[in-house]
Amino acid sequence: MRVFLAFVAILASLAAPVMAQDERSGPLRIEITEGVIEPLPFAVPNFVAESAQAQEMAANITRVIAADLTGTGLFREIPQDAHIARVTAFSSPVQFADWKAINAQALIVGGVSVDDSGKVVVKFRLHDVFAGQQMGDGLQFVGTTDGWRRIAHKVSDQVYARLTGEDPYFDSRVVFVSETGPKDARQKRLAIMDYDGANVTYLTDSASIVLAPRFSPGGDRVLYTSYESGFPKIYVLDVATAGRNVLNAADGEMSFAPRFAPNGQTIVYSLTTGGNTDLYQLNIGSGQTSRLTTTPSIETAPSFSPDGSRIVFESDRSGTPQLYVMPAGGGEATRISFGQGRYGTPVWSPRGDLIAFTKQSKGRFHIGVMRTDGSEERLLTASFLDEGPTWAPNGRVIMFARETQGAQGTSSLWSVDITGRNLKQVRTDTGASDPSWGPLQK
Amino acid sequence: MRHLSKALIVVAGLAVSACSNPDRFGDQYADGTGAGGAGAGAVAGTAQDPQSPLYFQQTIGDRVLFAVDQSTLSPTATATLDGQAQWLATNVEYNAIIEGHADEQGTRQYNIALGARRANAVQEYLISRGVSPARLKVISYGKERPLEICSEESCYAKNRRAVTVISAVPTS
Repeated sequence: MRVFLAFVAILASLAAPVMAQDERSGPLRIEITEGVIEPLPFAVPNFVAESAQAQEMAANITRVIAADLTGTGLFREIPQDAHIARVTAFSSPVQFADWKAINAQALIVGGVSVDDSGKVVVKFRLHDVFAGQQMGDGLQFVGTTDGWRRIAHKVSDQVYARLTGEDPYFDSRVVFVSETGPKDARQKRLAIMDYDGANVTYLTDSASIVLAPRFSPGGDRVLYTSYESGFPKIYVLDVATAGRNVLNAADGEMSFAPRFAPNGQTIVYSLTTGGNTDLYQLNIGSGQTSRLTTTPSIETAPSFSPDGSRIVFESDRSGTPQLYVMPAGGGEATRISFGQGRYGTPVWSPRGDLIAFTKQSKGRFHIGVMRTDGSEERLLTASFLDEGPTWAPNGRVIMFARETQGAQGTSSLWSVDITGRNLKQVRTDTGASDPSWGPLQK
Repeated sequence: MRHLSKALIVVAGLAVSACSNPDRFGDQYADGTGAGGAGAGAVAGTAQDPQSPLYFQQTIGDRVLFAVDQSTLSPTATATLDGQAQWLATNVEYNAIIEGHADEQGTRQYNIALGARRANAVQEYLISRGVSPARLKVISYGKERPLEICSEESCYAKNRRAVTVISAVPTS
């Protein structure tokens, strides 16, 4: 499924009825802070179908936009049956008083047309109801019918960015491991889906164990570990074609836990030889490898800082698994985790400010974040087994896997924002683990 | 009788070599024999025949267990491994793959490394007892192939294991 999206600014902005500025100063903006927030109320009447075929799609697009925004926990939708004003044409003047009466602070109005060739045009405007003003330009997206969800996510991304001042993340994908079967006979397949669980595509069959896929910075390739050869080895897979190549390792070696550097060319991974696991890096283009750690302890789960200068990883050199940071080329490592318990799977935030991790303490697992020097550790979740955080492209939301206890235990994907709010399950048809959140799509 | 026992060994050899890929999870799942790594699969031969892989698995003992987070061999483990080394010394037509496993308490990547440590501890011990390194391979499944699925120490204790899986020497 290929989607071509084009932005067109709708320049002929309507002459909205001029209204007096309300008491609020400055533009409509929801601040994402540490404190408790009241979700911002918005209204999104069904986008206007501007061609006969567009009726159903217009309603569907509207629902996806509403779900994207409410799913953040930052916004609250005012249900359509509470709306007073009816929007019958995209270009009708906005009846701000009617939206104000139901306390909608933001209003999203849109139109959808579909032509016989399957071309979809979606346009929208965002309004600040209490200021009686349009916020930003109206925009138009062009795509194809099979890409309608992406167009909806593009609209949501625009609305989110304008209302929060943050980079958005809705038009993004997640590669993960789909799981079926009981714990002692679990079948695993690589799969890719939209961030909200829609549009699942399988990338491998379940003949071999596959583990921990990781997106390339551009989202076009995936690194993962497979037992296809009989031993764990790292593969690189092209997302568009599902073609894959094994990254060669010598006989008797096991390689796993790969991750791309921000340049998309270098990868860092664990290699086990003689029972000892260390970190190595490999330039995919030249095939040149170098060893980054040389200790008798376990070094694994490496992740680059977004500028590519440092690597955070997990090591049990102190006796228990803890987090360390070292220069990207290897060298002296500094321990950054000092709390009670065991730390693993560190992942550097795309913003560079935080490191997410898995923590095991007193028989429970947690997903947490800390600053890159290890200060200000904060646990966001707690359960029998939470594991393997991955960052949304904007660094505000973390997805992870949660396995339930006991013989009937299954794994599912969950997300939580970095303040620990808005914990929720990501809908998947099968069990799911090892998520890796890709970049915002172009 | 002589013919019969030869025939049995040939069958055993075939069955094992067909499964020489340690990740034959799909097959095992299909025939319902479980999937505790290759070690849980059906093994040909009879438990009475001291030269059969089944005798190795059931009478000598194909697995050793480990304490939480440890890869140190207990006295019970070394006794089992002494028996394994002896069997391998006698039955030179077989090689072995040592599978390391961890329980579910721990992250996926760390547990692969931990399973590798356990498998390596067994490999080194068998080598110290005279088994040729060329006959031994190691693999770690981490926490991917538990034998017991309850989330309690009674199950975890059985999952923290290294299993020596007998395979036929490649003929080519």
